[in-house]
Amino acid sequence: MTDQLFLALEAPGHGTHPHELRALATEAEQAGFTLVTFADSPVPSSPAASSIEAGTRAAFVSTTTNRIGLAPELHVTTTEPFHLATQLASLDHASNGRGAWVIGAANGTTNLATIGASPLDAKSWHREITDVIDVVRDLWDSWQDDAVIRDVTTGRYLDPSRVHHVDFQGARFSVKGPLITPRPPQGQLVVIAPEHLDVADRAEVVLVKGTDGPALGARATAARTAGAALVFAEVTAGFHESEADAPKRPEAGRLHHQGSAAALVDLLSSLTDTVNGVRLHPADAQRDTPILLETVAPALARAGRLRAPTPGATVRSTLGLPRPTNRFAAAATTAA
Amino acid sequence: MSEPTVPNQFDPTAQVHLGVFYTGVGPQLIWTEPTTRPHVAIETFVEVAQLLERGFFDAFFLGEGLRVRENRGQIYDLDVAGRPDAITQLSALAGATERIGLVATQNTTYNFPADLARRLASLDYLSDGRAGWNIVTTDNAWTGENFRHGGWLDHERRYERAEQFVEAAKALWTAHPGDTVHRESDLVTLTAPATVPASRQGRPVLFQAGDSAGGRELAARHADVVFSANTEYTKALAYAQDLRARLARHGRSADSLRILPGAFVVLGDTPAQAQEKADWVRGEQVSGPRAIAFLEHYWGQDLSAYDPDGPLPDIAPTEGELDPSRGTISIDRRTGKLDQIRQWRELSEQKGLSIRELVLEVQPAHSLFVGTPAQIADEWTHYVRTRAVDGFNLLPHLIPSSLTDVVDTLVPALQERGSYRTEYTGTTLREHLNLPAVPAP
Repeated sequence: MTDQLFLALEAPGHGTHPHELRALATEAEQAGFTLVTFADSPVPSSPAASSIEAGTRAAFVSTTTNRIGLAPELHVTTTEPFHLATQLASLDHASNGRGAWVIGAANGTTNLATIGASPLDAKSWHREITDVIDVVRDLWDSWQDDAVIRDVTTGRYLDPSRVHHVDFQGARFSVKGPLITPRPPQGQLVVIAPEHLDVADRAEVVLVKGTDGPALGARATAARTAGAALVFAEVTAGFHESEADAPKRPEAGRLHHQGSAAALVDLLSSLTDTVNGVRLHPADAQRDTPILLETVAPALARAGRLRAPTPGATVRSTLGLPRPTNRFAAAATTAA
Repeated sequence: MSEPTVPNQFDPTAQVHLGVFYTGVGPQLIWTEPTTRPHVAIETFVEVAQLLERGFFDAFFLGEGLRVRENRGQIYDLDVAGRPDAITQLSALAGATERIGLVATQNTTYNFPADLARRLASLDYLSDGRAGWNIVTTDNAWTGENFRHGGWLDHERRYERAEQFVEAAKALWTAHPGDTVHRESDLVTLTAPATVPASRQGRPVLFQAGDSAGGRELAARHADVVFSANTEYTKALAYAQDLRARLARHGRSADSLRILPGAFVVLGDTPAQAQEKADWVRGEQVSGPRAIAFLEHYWGQDLSAYDPDGPLPDIAPTEGELDPSRGTISIDRRTGKLDQIRQWRELSEQKGLSIRELVLEVQPAHSLFVGTPAQIADEWTHYVRTRAVDGFNLLPHLIPSSLTDVVDTLVPALQERGSYRTEYTGTTLREHLNLPAVPAP
């Protein structure tokens, strides 16, 4: 643990015009945020809310930014795992290594009805989550980094021994592979898992909740014990002058800051011993996002508490995570 | 199908509409040429899309192939391979371009309708009305091995599923956000809300490529644009007239559907120079190793010991029919391989052809336009003014130089003839294609 934090920002999910989305990503990057996350679900939480699919939003800002990580929430339960792996690998290529994946696992009746299916029981649901993560990771490795050889003398564009069938067999589906997309620049995208999915052993970053510092500390310890490399705290931030003015229902169990920007800076500074980073959810997107970008992040930086990415960085390099060895290349080396 | 040989319409104001089908796989892209950029790099995509915008192109297309091609169970190694997810990539390009249409080829067999409709609508919204969907179907179980429901759909029913899929997508696109669409059949079942606001063009422009009767009917009912394999003038004219008759039967106007066949273009300063280039391109595309691999697919065994410049293999092919693992074989060509091989033996003996010469002979270059910019501009202007086509979808053989040639020499020649725009007059793909507006819901 250092005395600095990584910052992630949850982008507003609806009512965003394309130019506003682009401006938000650029401003968050300039403010030193490591990640912008894009929450999503097949069915929006509020019936009247329109929402743009998260993977397309992340990709849309990939060519107008150069160091901020882009982390869409894609759901394992309402998609094809093969498409999901391709979409995320493509995001990593389009952003030159700035792709990350917030695992979503929508399981309500209305969400599953979008694919004509029914919710899964708890055990099948958890198995589905781990199966999809596992096959996605296999598919990201299905092309070795040196698969494309462009050997003009033999006319061979690629070396077929370096592109692999994955032959994945899950509980509810199987996938042959390889991916149609070459290995992502980061090798493996950074996988971000909310704590309640119970997949810390398969993720690089776990998002934990707690209503105060000690509660967050306990959850962070539990996540690390379960295998998480890095832990980020979920924090809702509102800067309303009075409680009456504040949004009605802060998300249950999550640390909710209500007060001045300076007080939030103090609160975040106090978390550097507990977590590696914080994901900030503006309580009111219109009103609170500019304060996070223009006041809170610069103040943290001045206090020496902010770890910001540098131009050309990948999410992995910013977070200090190594680029993983390819599982198929490793297997070939072992066998040789 | 009727067989007209003379045009029955002439429109002196007709315009050539151009798109580019960016290479994902296949022999057409000459990767051995050092000036060809890495075709998977985002920088190459951005460079090409911005180049096409400079040439006032209508659209940039991405194809689809949901399984990497193989040759006898091994990944096929001679052609470029590796491609991004189309909607993700086009969303990235939407952020780097301002006017060009962005068209994703997406499959109705191996997608969930509500999920795909939502992703397409999102691309349309983010690009401010520049998205298109090229609707394709797959029937083979070999591709299905990558998906939850592999090989579930009978060949005969793939267009039935496509029809229901497209109809559900249209319903989701025209519903107000929050309204729910419900469909229930043995092919498409969903209950999903509309979530994405309509873009400036109302909904994504629909493209369709099927040339079978089922494909033509799907196009006549739903498509805004058809890709067609009928590039040769007489065929193109017959196809256009057949399609317009089908449109009329569905109560649609002749101008509500644009026809853009594929085209390979090789330009030169003189006709002779263009032909010389075209011969070089063809020779690169049908290389010795590719000619051997082509025969291996039919023979079903390793033929690497044979000389591509020597006679056909004297050994007998394996039992069994062609597998679909090259990804390109239409279903009617998956049978009768022994007859096919017998015919090739006779042909090569008759004409004294080597393996490579035979492959060049039996895989004739099609959709090919070779000439000076002035020659091709004259030809294309005639095509559109006689309503045989509305434009072309170019298949590049070098990236970006074969497209730079088109933008810098052929586009100005078309502009001189008054058959190509000199600036974008609209902002949406629908406007570029001069299609009627989508009726408000």
